[in-house]
Amino acid sequence: MDNISATIQVVPLNHYILLSAIIFTIGVIGVLIRRNAIIIFMSIELMLNAVNLLLAAFSAYSGDASGQVFVFFIMALAAAEVAIGLAIIVMVYRNTSSIDINILNRLKW
Amino acid sequence: MSLFYFVAFLTILFSLLVIFTKNPVYSVLYLIATFFTFTIHYILLNAQFLAVVNFIVYMGAIMVLFLFVLMLMNLNKETEPVKSNLIKIIGVIAGGTLLVTLIGSIHALQTTAASATPNSEIGLVANLGKVLFSEFLLPFELSSLLLLSAMVGAVLLAKKDKRTQNG
Repeated sequence: MDNISATIQVVPLNHYILLSAIIFTIGVIGVLIRRNAIIIFMSIELMLNAVNLLLAAFSAYSGDASGQVFVFFIMALAAAEVAIGLAIIVMVYRNTSSIDINILNRLKW
Repeated sequence: MSLFYFVAFLTILFSLLVIFTKNPVYSVLYLIATFFTFTIHYILLNAQFLAVVNFIVYMGAIMVLFLFVLMLMNLNKETEPVKSNLIKIIGVIAGGTLLVTLIGSIHALQTTAASATPNSEIGLVANLGKVLFSEFLLPFELSSLLLLSAMVGAVLLAKKDKRTQNG
């Protein structure tokens, strides 16, 4: 346990912010360059997790438990979001036999 | 200290593999590895409760759901139509611009140093439970409503519609 606390004190908070920013950016790039709806969904999960890590880091560094409770709520939200989103993707696949998001541009008419 | 940098490197590597792998099943497996490194990050941050919840909810439930849907739809082959290279380059440039903006704003920010006494008890279940059931009681109850409505919605959406099936 002392070892873990020593780890926290040595790593600067800036490096956690940097890591979260990089992972969030990877998620954004994944949304922009892929056409498979499920992989876009996974990129969104990556973005959510980057924010989770940042909240947990802030919470640990400032000694406030609220941040970790927020992470808990975000996880509950992500579970609900995944259930609904995958159900929508299954419906799209059943109607169009494909999960290419470019097919969905017919929704705009 | 070097453990953090090693795990951070693994996180970035696996998350890059998630978005650049062609086969969706491998993508899901790399995402599971990414979430495992997130669990290690939580342990390093002394957030034991979050580590356990991340392990169970993300790696257990959500990823199984992803794999289940992939196998159900028989998408475990590389059938994805590729976007044109121009779109890909524009996407990467846009993401890079976002990253540069974020890093610039981090540098402009004067973060204070870490608190003198990192409380190692803060991430334990007992402490988080006290905060969750006193300060955040109403949001906790509302999240149960959210999960209930999500469950009803998922069943409603994924159910086969009888009328359109016959007609």
